[in-house]
Amino acid sequence: MVSGSRIISLGHYQPSRILTNDDLAQMVETSDAWIRDRVGIAARRIAAADETVADMACAAAEKALASSGLTAADIDMVVVATCSSVDRCPNVATRVAAHLGIAAPAAFDINTACSGFCYALANADHAIRAGAARNVIVVGAEKLSDITDWTDRSTSIIFGDGAGAAVVTGVADGEEAGIGPVVWGSAPDKMETIRIEGWRPYIVQEGQAVFRWATTAIAPVALQACEKAGVDPGDLAAFVAHQANSRIIDGIAKRLNLGDAVIAKDLVESGNTSAASIPLALSKLVERREVPAGAPVLLFGFGGGLTYAGQVIRCP
Amino acid sequence: MSSREEITAGLAEILEEVAGVNPADVAEEKSFTEDLDVDSLSMVEVVVAAEEKFGVKIPDDQVQNLKTVGDAVTYISSNA
Repeated sequence: MVSGSRIISLGHYQPSRILTNDDLAQMVETSDAWIRDRVGIAARRIAAADETVADMACAAAEKALASSGLTAADIDMVVVATCSSVDRCPNVATRVAAHLGIAAPAAFDINTACSGFCYALANADHAIRAGAARNVIVVGAEKLSDITDWTDRSTSIIFGDGAGAAVVTGVADGEEAGIGPVVWGSAPDKMETIRIEGWRPYIVQEGQAVFRWATTAIAPVALQACEKAGVDPGDLAAFVAHQANSRIIDGIAKRLNLGDAVIAKDLVESGNTSAASIPLALSKLVERREVPAGAPVLLFGFGGGLTYAGQVIRCP
Repeated sequence: MSSREEITAGLAEILEEVAGVNPADVAEEKSFTEDLDVDSLSMVEVVVAAEEKFGVKIPDDQVQNLKTVGDAVTYISSNA
């Protein structure tokens, strides 16, 4: 019997083109110092014109599968979190499955914007617990440059492109689960504060309202995720929040009373990549061996919707 | 009920902690952004801390009306 699930491998992909703050200062009225101070981002990666969300999702998923010890034949579910794919049907998950040669998986995309990866990871965990899947590839992938207004200095400085992926598998009865219970929800009363609406849409956000929500509402639910997993926040090895803004991450971290936890700040070099930001940051932390295998890591996504989700995982 | 001076002193403490403002610079006529160099995100942190300290609700749509320390003192004293 399967009693839970765990992440066994990770992978990530970022486009090669780097857009620095100085590059942006040539495009809109801004400066490196201003961006670093307000948002904490130094550079972001921008996809090529013909590079799609699915291309990036495939590249990240391929790496995760390659280091999992499993083959395409073992995978029976693919779930992709994205809010920026222009390709709706076939969905991105099916494209990933086709690319990897996975014959007949359950394949679906979910859109909860920046919290997407944690929602997708919870779906994978639940499907495995329910016996609906055995081995799942979970991807967060975004091409936000497609939906960025490059003349808007309040948003164009924030976003980037990329993808991160995880392979999730079941753990047998008696073994410790590697994905803790999800805490998830949304704030429909504030849904208008981040918008990607209309035909040829651009991201619009009310920065102050979002900042306030993120720095006050997220810490209490993140603490619930720790409590549900039976992990004291002081014992976390790492905190991987959605890479929205350095000051938001610090604001949440301060309220969590973390001990020596590594606080992921991949946004410095990658910008805010929405649903891709958590798996990207986590994959890099693991690749650099900054967190030991088996150590508890708090993932917490929040953003457009406004939605949020998070869980404590055991580092692969 | 706190006096205007007490509220101003309380705001000075918050401004020092949140944005590193010298409490000696805080006075009712000072503008948060122009004079005290408090940026838009720090202003949100000031508002959240002020809500906790003074037991008031300061909704998002009110924050933009709080241009000076005096505006905030007036809002807090009439809503606490």
